[in-house]
Amino acid sequence: MTVGLFIPCYVDQFYPNAAIATLELLEKLGVEVVYPSRQTCCGQPMANSGFEHLTKKSNNLFIENFRGFDYIVAPSGSCVLHMKDHLHSGKYPNETEAMRGKVYELTEFLTDVLKVDKLKARFPHKVGLHQSCHGQRGLKLAQMSELVAPAFSKPEQLLSMVDGLELIELTRKDECCGFGGTFCVAEEAVSVKMGKDRVMDHLQHEAAYITGADMSCLMHMEGILRRQKSNVKVVHIAEILNAQEI
Amino acid sequence: MSSRDSILAAVARNQPEHIPLPEIPAFFSGETDVLEKFTSVAVSIGSKVFRVKDLEEVKQVLLKEYSGARRIVSAFPELADIGEVYIAPATDPHTLANVDLAVLPAQLGVAENGALWVTDVQLPMRVLPFICQYLALVVPQKNIVPLMQQAYDVIGAQEYGFGTFIAGPSKTADIEQSLVLGAHGARTLSVFLLE
Amino acid sequence: MKETKDHAALAEAFNADEPRVNWHDETLWFIRQKRDKAAHTVADWELLRETASQIKHNVLSNLHDYLLQFEANAKANGIIVHWAADAAEHNRIVHEILQKHGVKQMVKSKSMLTEECHLNDYLSEHGVEVIDSDLGERIVQLAKEPPSHIVLPCIHKKKEEIGDLFHEHLGTPAGMADPQVLTEAARQHLRETFLTRRAALTGVNFAIAETGEFVICTNEGNADMGAHLADVHIACMGIEKIIPERKHLGVFLRLLARSATGQPITTYSSHFKKPREGHELHLVLVDNGRSIQLGREDFRNSLKCIRCGACMNTCPVYRRSGGHSYHAAISGPIGAILAPNLDMKKNADLPFASTLCGSCSNVCPVKIDIHDQLYKWRQVIVKEGYADTKKTLGMKAMTQAFASPTTFQLAGKAGRWFMRHVPFAVSNKMNPWYKQREMPAPPKESFGEWYLKNRKKKNE
Repeated sequence: MTVGLFIPCYVDQFYPNAAIATLELLEKLGVEVVYPSRQTCCGQPMANSGFEHLTKKSNNLFIENFRGFDYIVAPSGSCVLHMKDHLHSGKYPNETEAMRGKVYELTEFLTDVLKVDKLKARFPHKVGLHQSCHGQRGLKLAQMSELVAPAFSKPEQLLSMVDGLELIELTRKDECCGFGGTFCVAEEAVSVKMGKDRVMDHLQHEAAYITGADMSCLMHMEGILRRQKSNVKVVHIAEILNAQEI
Repeated sequence: MSSRDSILAAVARNQPEHIPLPEIPAFFSGETDVLEKFTSVAVSIGSKVFRVKDLEEVKQVLLKEYSGARRIVSAFPELADIGEVYIAPATDPHTLANVDLAVLPAQLGVAENGALWVTDVQLPMRVLPFICQYLALVVPQKNIVPLMQQAYDVIGAQEYGFGTFIAGPSKTADIEQSLVLGAHGARTLSVFLLE
Repeated sequence: MKETKDHAALAEAFNADEPRVNWHDETLWFIRQKRDKAAHTVADWELLRETASQIKHNVLSNLHDYLLQFEANAKANGIIVHWAADAAEHNRIVHEILQKHGVKQMVKSKSMLTEECHLNDYLSEHGVEVIDSDLGERIVQLAKEPPSHIVLPCIHKKKEEIGDLFHEHLGTPAGMADPQVLTEAARQHLRETFLTRRAALTGVNFAIAETGEFVICTNEGNADMGAHLADVHIACMGIEKIIPERKHLGVFLRLLARSATGQPITTYSSHFKKPREGHELHLVLVDNGRSIQLGREDFRNSLKCIRCGACMNTCPVYRRSGGHSYHAAISGPIGAILAPNLDMKKNADLPFASTLCGSCSNVCPVKIDIHDQLYKWRQVIVKEGYADTKKTLGMKAMTQAFASPTTFQLAGKAGRWFMRHVPFAVSNKMNPWYKQREMPAPPKESFGEWYLKNRKKKNE
C-alpha cells in the first residue's frame, strides 16, 4: 500500500511538526508514504470565498501530484472534505471520481482503513479535543450533537489508545471555533469572539493542550491563546498519536 | 395576465420534475401507558390533569379549583347548575370577554404532547377557549392516542369550520426566555380524563 | 446609515459590548439545548425529519397543482382567495380589504411575510394603525425596531429595556423588569386591542391543498384572539406554505415546536377551514420572488422552510452577531440563503456571514442543505460580480501564486511566502487577523524542506 501524503499549504509553512508526525506515524504503522513535492494548496480558501471557478489549476495540480497512489492522506479534515466535495477537472475528467474516493483524513484513515486498535504512544497531559466542523459534520469523524443517533468519535477512539492522556469534557463539544477560512479576516469580530469562547471552554475544563484534526482551527485558537498569554498549547492530533513522552 | 395566472405560470415553469409523495411510516410510539404519558407531558407544559369517573366529579373539582369564578360557561347540560350551558349562535363574541371559566369537550388527546383536539362542532363560539380566563377540557380516557399521527387518523376527513389543538395554558417566553403562563389566552388549563 | 453597513460591520458593532454578546449567545444556546432535549424524546426523530423533507420535495415539484387544488377547496369553504405577485401587490390587497370595511385600526399576529413586505410601514403611510399582538413583536414595535429572530422577535432585548419601554408606553412602574408583571401588562393592553379591532391579520404556518384549510401555530393565543373577535380575518401566506394533505400535519406539527423552542407542540395549533358565520375570511397567496427561487435548482430547497428558527439558535455566528446584523426580514442562516434571491446586490454579504460549520443543516427539521447553499450562493455572487474588487484581486493573485509549485517552493524561509500571499498572514496592525490574535511563529524550515533533507534522498 502506498499513500500519497497531502500536506495543506499552511501546515507545510507554519506547522511542519504536524506533517512530520503524520508521516512518522504512518510509517510506524507500516505504510509506505510518499510526499509529492509539487503540491501547493487544494484551492479551498478560494472556493469557500466564492471563487471555485479559479481553482481549476490547483485541481489539475492535485491530480497530477496524487494519481497513482492507493490512498491520499492529509492531516486536515477541511482540505480533505474540499477535495471530496469539489475536485473537478476538465483536463482529467476520468480521474476525479476515483480520486475523491481515495482521499482520507488522517484519523479516519487510521480507524477505517488501517483499523488501528493500539498505538505505542504516550502523552501524559490533560487534553481537550476540538471537533473541527468540516471533519465532523462533513466527513463524519464523530457523531454530531444535533442528531438523534448513536455516539461515536474516531479521534476520541484513537486518543483513548494513548498512554497517560486524560481527555477533558467540554460544555459545548462540537461548537465551531470561528476560523472558517477567509471568514477569520472578513468577519474578524465574530471570528475572534467564537475563538475566545471555544478557548474558554477548554480553559474552564483545565486543558493543558487543545488538539484536533485540523491545524487551521488550532492556528486560530493558538493565536488567541498566545494573545492572552496563556500557557495552554495547541497540538495536532498526529503529534499526540506519535508522541513518546515519558 | 392576472397575478394569479402569472404566478401559476411561473411556478409551473420553474418547479422541478415530479417527486413522489412519500408514505408516512408508522412512527415509533413505545408508550405502554398512554394515560400516564399524556399526564406527565401535559403537566410538564403547565396543564393540570384530573382522572375522573363522571361529570359530577368534574363539577366537584371545578367548584373547588375555581371557587372565585363568577361567569362560567360550559357545553355540558350536566353542568347547568354551575353556569350557562347555552350560548346563542348569533351572540356577539365580544360579550364573552368576562367569562372566567369555560368547560368544554375535547374529542381526543395526544400523549406525546399533551394536546387536545377541539372543534367548533362542539364549541358554542370559536373564541371561547381563548377569551376565557380559565379553561377546562373534558376528554374520554379511551380517546387518548400516542402520537399526532394517530390523532390525524382519528380526525380523518372530519368536517369543521374551525378546529384546534390546545396544549396547556397560553404562554410566552418572549422576555428573556422567562416562561410566563397566561399570555393572551387562558391562564390555566385543567384537563379531565373521563373514564 | 444602517442600510450601507454589511454584516461584518454590524456584527463588529454588536461585539463592542462583549458581556451582552455572551448573554445573547447563552440565551440562544439554551434554546438549542431545549431543542436537543425535545428531539431526543422522539426515538425516530431522524426518520421524521426525512419524511418531512420528502413531503416538502413533493410539494415543490407539484406546487402548481397543489396551489390550484388549495384555491378551489378554500373557495368552496367560503374563503376569499387573493393572489399577490409581489410585496407591493400584497400590501395593496390588504389595504383594499381594510378600506372596503372602513377599518382604520388592525390587530396583527406574527407574520414574517408581512415583515418581508413591510406591510406595517405601508399601512401606516395610508393612515391605518397596526398593533402587533405577539408579545415579542409588540415589544420591538414599541421600540421601533424590526424583529431580530423569526420566532423570538425581541430575543436581543434585555428585560430592563423592555421594562423601560413598557413604562413609557403602557404605564408600568419605572424600573419594573419582572417578565411576569410585564407580560400581564401586555395582556391587559392587548386585550383591549383585541376587543376593539374589527380586522385581524394573521400569518399561516401550513395550508392544506386537500381541504382548503390553513393552520396557525401560536403559544400566546394571539392569532385566535384576533381572528375570532374581528369581523374580517385576513391571512397572508407565501405560496410555499402548502402541504398536500391534512394527515401531513401529523408530521410537521411534531417537528415545528420541538425544533423551534423545545416544546412538544405549540399551545395552539388552530385549523381555519371556513369563515365564521356572517364574517369574511380572506387569504392572500404571495409569490414575491418565491417562484424565481423555485427555478434556481441549487436554492429551491430553501422553500422547504417551515420557519422554526432552529438554524438561528444553533448558528454560532448568529448567536454572536445578533439578528439585526443580517439586515433582512429573515435573519440567520435561512435568511442568508433566502435574501440573495430577493436582492442579490444588497444581500451579497449574507452568504459569507458563516463559517460553513453545518450545524444549521443538522438541526433543520425539513433537512434543508443550508450550509451547502451558502457555499453555492458565494459562487453565484462572485460570478455575478457582487464581490468587492479588492477581494477579487486578492483571490486572483493568491490563485496565481498557488498554481505554480515553483514559486511556492522557492519562496525561501518557511512562512515568508505565505505571509506575502495569504490574506490573514501578515503581522501588522492593518491585518484583521493580528488585531486580536498572534500570528503563528514561522518555523526554521517548512515541511517540504524537512522532507527533502530527511526522506527524499532515502526514497530515491
